[in-house]
Amino acid sequence: MNDVAKDSDNKLWDYSPALESMDHIHLEEHYDLFINGTFSPPASGKYFNTINPATEEVIAKVAYASKKDVDKAVSSAQTAYEKYWSKLDDTERGKYIFRIARLISEKAREFAVIESIDGGKPIRESKGIDVPLAAAHFFYYAGWADKLKFSFHGREHSSLGVAGQIIPWNFPLLMAAWKIAPALATGNTVVLKPAETTPLTALKLSELIQEADLPPGVVNVISGDGDTGKYLVQHGGVDKIAFTGSTKVGKFIQKSLAGSSVRYTLELGGKAANIIFEDASIDQAVEGIINSIFFNQGHVCCAGSRLFVQEGIADEVIEKLKYRMESLIIGNPLDKNTDIGAINSKTQLERIGDYVDSGKKEGGKIFQTSCTVPEKGFWHRPTLFTDVSQSHKIVQEEIFGPVLAIQTFRTPSEVIEKANNTPYGLSGGVWTDKGSKIFKITSEIKAGVVWANTFNKFDPTSPFGGYKESGMGREGGLDGLLPYVNLI
Amino acid sequence: MKSRLNIRKTRKLFINGAFPRSESERYIKWTSSDGKETVNISRASRKDFRNSVRAAREAVDGWKNKTAYNRGQILYRMGEMLEGRKKQLIQELCFEGIQKKQAEFEVNSAIDLFIYYAGWADKYQQVFSRVNPVTQPYFSFTMPEPTGVVSVLCPDNYPLKNAVSILCSVIVSGNTTVVLYSESNPLTAMTLAEILQTSDLPAGVVNVLTGYREELLTQFASHMDVNAIIYCGERVEEFKEVQELSSLNLKRCIILDDKKLDRFFQEGPYTILRTVEMKTTWHPVGV
Amino acid sequence: MTINTTDIIGTVNQIGAEERVKRLFSRSIKKESKVKALHLVLSMLDLTTLEGKDSPGKVRQLCYKAAHLHDRYPDIPQVAAVCVYPNLVRVAKESLFGTPISVASVATGFPSGMSSMDEKLAEVRKVVKDGADEVDMVLSRGEFLRGNLEYVCEEIAQVKNACESAHLKVILETGELETLDNVRKASLLAMESGADFIKTSTGKISPAAVPVVVLTMLEAIRDYFHKTGRCVGMKPAGGISRAKQSIQYLVMLKETLGTSWLTSDLFRFGASSLANDVLMQIVKQSDGVYQSLDYFSLD
Repeated sequence: MNDVAKDSDNKLWDYSPALESMDHIHLEEHYDLFINGTFSPPASGKYFNTINPATEEVIAKVAYASKKDVDKAVSSAQTAYEKYWSKLDDTERGKYIFRIARLISEKAREFAVIESIDGGKPIRESKGIDVPLAAAHFFYYAGWADKLKFSFHGREHSSLGVAGQIIPWNFPLLMAAWKIAPALATGNTVVLKPAETTPLTALKLSELIQEADLPPGVVNVISGDGDTGKYLVQHGGVDKIAFTGSTKVGKFIQKSLAGSSVRYTLELGGKAANIIFEDASIDQAVEGIINSIFFNQGHVCCAGSRLFVQEGIADEVIEKLKYRMESLIIGNPLDKNTDIGAINSKTQLERIGDYVDSGKKEGGKIFQTSCTVPEKGFWHRPTLFTDVSQSHKIVQEEIFGPVLAIQTFRTPSEVIEKANNTPYGLSGGVWTDKGSKIFKITSEIKAGVVWANTFNKFDPTSPFGGYKESGMGREGGLDGLLPYVNLI
Repeated sequence: MKSRLNIRKTRKLFINGAFPRSESERYIKWTSSDGKETVNISRASRKDFRNSVRAAREAVDGWKNKTAYNRGQILYRMGEMLEGRKKQLIQELCFEGIQKKQAEFEVNSAIDLFIYYAGWADKYQQVFSRVNPVTQPYFSFTMPEPTGVVSVLCPDNYPLKNAVSILCSVIVSGNTTVVLYSESNPLTAMTLAEILQTSDLPAGVVNVLTGYREELLTQFASHMDVNAIIYCGERVEEFKEVQELSSLNLKRCIILDDKKLDRFFQEGPYTILRTVEMKTTWHPVGV
Repeated sequence: MTINTTDIIGTVNQIGAEERVKRLFSRSIKKESKVKALHLVLSMLDLTTLEGKDSPGKVRQLCYKAAHLHDRYPDIPQVAAVCVYPNLVRVAKESLFGTPISVASVATGFPSGMSSMDEKLAEVRKVVKDGADEVDMVLSRGEFLRGNLEYVCEEIAQVKNACESAHLKVILETGELETLDNVRKASLLAMESGADFIKTSTGKISPAAVPVVVLTMLEAIRDYFHKTGRCVGMKPAGGISRAKQSIQYLVMLKETLGTSWLTSDLFRFGASSLANDVLMQIVKQSDGVYQSLDYFSLD
């Protein structure tokens, strides 16, 4: 194959930098905790830095919420619930949430830029996917607020009270939307803890919530670390916990809540199988693989990190994959041409590196692209492994980085068995031109979301969540309402 | 001090996104119940109705192929626009003899109706669709699709609120419509049309006519390219005629009296169900 | 020449292809890379006039413009070719004498292709004799769509033969083929039969060149190259009038086939008003102000 896409040949026509401008955004030097409708300093007086993983520079100082602050936040959410939010007319409640949606759309560019510098994801992704989807989630759930009696098939319902929500660093604003929107729509109030490395868009959202004139205490945002989250889970005054993050912490939460009546939903890790059959449209399948594991730097719980390709087309697919990988541009997240941004943190980069080392040690054959990578910051080139099998560590464990493990298969029953041979069950993908095969395979894959001839598609109307150790409960659609209500 | 002459509004029709006069160039002299105010209203003809149906038919594909989210946003924008024109609408309703407090209630309800239906745009499908557990190895699913072009004869009671409620329930699913506004209370018709036009609603999706129901009823009920008709009123001879004429092309015929119109919140998405068709698709399951 | 039409042709997932296009078109080409691209585009232009009302005078003017795009500005490249109807090939050839600009002629009953094989071959031989450097033939869409692939391939092979040293472009008229599966199939068959270039459209119907169709054709070229080692060129034609569109197509070309395809030997734009829009952009980049068409000659 003509390796013309290699960097060395690009001298004929390189893309010049196309940087997104930063001069229209407003960022404070430090942020306090958003409790009871105002920003107040942390009880301990402690702040921590949030850095830009592409440059390792500090962007802002953010307050650290200790147990005292968690108590204060929960108490303000409880008061807001009892005194105001639970008594508010359904339609009026919906209108507040519509306001949030419209304001996010107005400030879309600002949110996108901040998301990119805080978390490392390319501006094209934060602008094109994260922010619009977040606004759409609020818009969708706003509409349910006064229509709930049609969503539970004749059952009466009541809201739960205070929802404690802990979100991850891979889609910070979007995860905040996934959590806050359905909780508010069903009449609950919220205490949200954003991830330690990506608190900024949640804090900007707090400013926006102030601007939308939401009653104080309906949404509270407390930045902090794992301990902050732990206090929230174990608080006792919270009626529902919603968590997205690692399976390890999910299990800890389930154990912590044993014996209590606190409801919980968990959206955890995954090790999705992506299956390409011989009769797939090959170029689009290859693009789908790229989407499934390399975009967002592979920091996606539903990433298609295991590829199964039918043996007859394996060579062709792998060649095309490598060729396409070579055209991926790694670089400054604020450059509009960047495809792959920075790895979220040093810790995560080291973790990915460990897995890649183990892959090599266990005998896997590694391929990495030859693109240039900036000097400062945390970066990992798109990587794939061939000559690996189900028993390799990199095929079993979630890496959460741009690393793909490729295996071949011969028959449908073989690949279904292998695809399901994992304690995870979040997502899966099937690529074939044959309709009946799609319906058969998707029905056999034990995962909460299965994509056919596409991957990583999300919509507020479409439920998302896992089987087995990938979590329980669904977010999105009608199903996303259930976890936030009591059916009477 | 020089007194300023104000510019009087010319009330036309709203067809295909524009405001033409009636092709018949006729008018109706509307007078208030106390005889003090007069306003000239456009008197739509059968040709205006025919042109409207043509525009509505052309607009169906573009409108129904928009994402549900997009339609919801357009409806929400109508609410935003109506909120901004509140004063004028309240004034027009008062001209028609309605008490100010009731007029305020009516306009606020109309705004909230746009928001309500904006919220249904991407949800009623989830309430009404289903996967059917057939006994053979097939994937069988049923989904609602818009019926097409719907003609509407609006009521005189709560003219603005009811017009908004009906047209929302019709267009939210992708239908397009031609409505004949209230005959005795037509003043808010064109203001409402202006609000529709400034909300990014594609041309032809909603067409608003003013005129005499007696003159146009037959057209609304007999046109062969209209898929459904919504009749508001309680006159038996009238709706009997509508039902008879509908049988010409098996139009879906919906008769709404005032009591039914008051119940839109209780009815929820079932108002949308009136003008959709359920389509079931089958596909084999197997490697 | 027998074409093994049971060779695996493969299918195209339209939604997936459109998403790839969207991503390619999100590239932001600015500053030096934009100027370079604009110059590249000009060098890849086939300035075209294919009107019933064409005359020797019209063609002479077009040829002059081809060689003198914007003399006021330094370093403006000349176009790759001028494309005309068969009866004006001689005029074009004379007007372009002394320049490296090629003369391309449409042939084989352009645009419909509804004449007999003999008539088509005679037309091709004539334009080659008149000096055409390139022949743009049309695919027999009716035969293709009814499944008569043997005929389609045989026709192309025979025309290629009649071209002698002239290079052959096969116009697929993708607007009539409708589906991307058909576009891919027609592309592969044309290449198997000897095409040097595959071209989207005659420009006489709508839609003409469409991004997802161009992508499908480029991917087919890539697969053919992979299989045989032969480089076939690609030409989108019709509906490309804005510089921005042309740059987007160059991005698509570069990221699908690589930088070795970024040459007029392997890529052309079939356009007429595109030239002036590109020139306006070039001047704007160096002068810093938005331009007006008043300042650029209209052949």
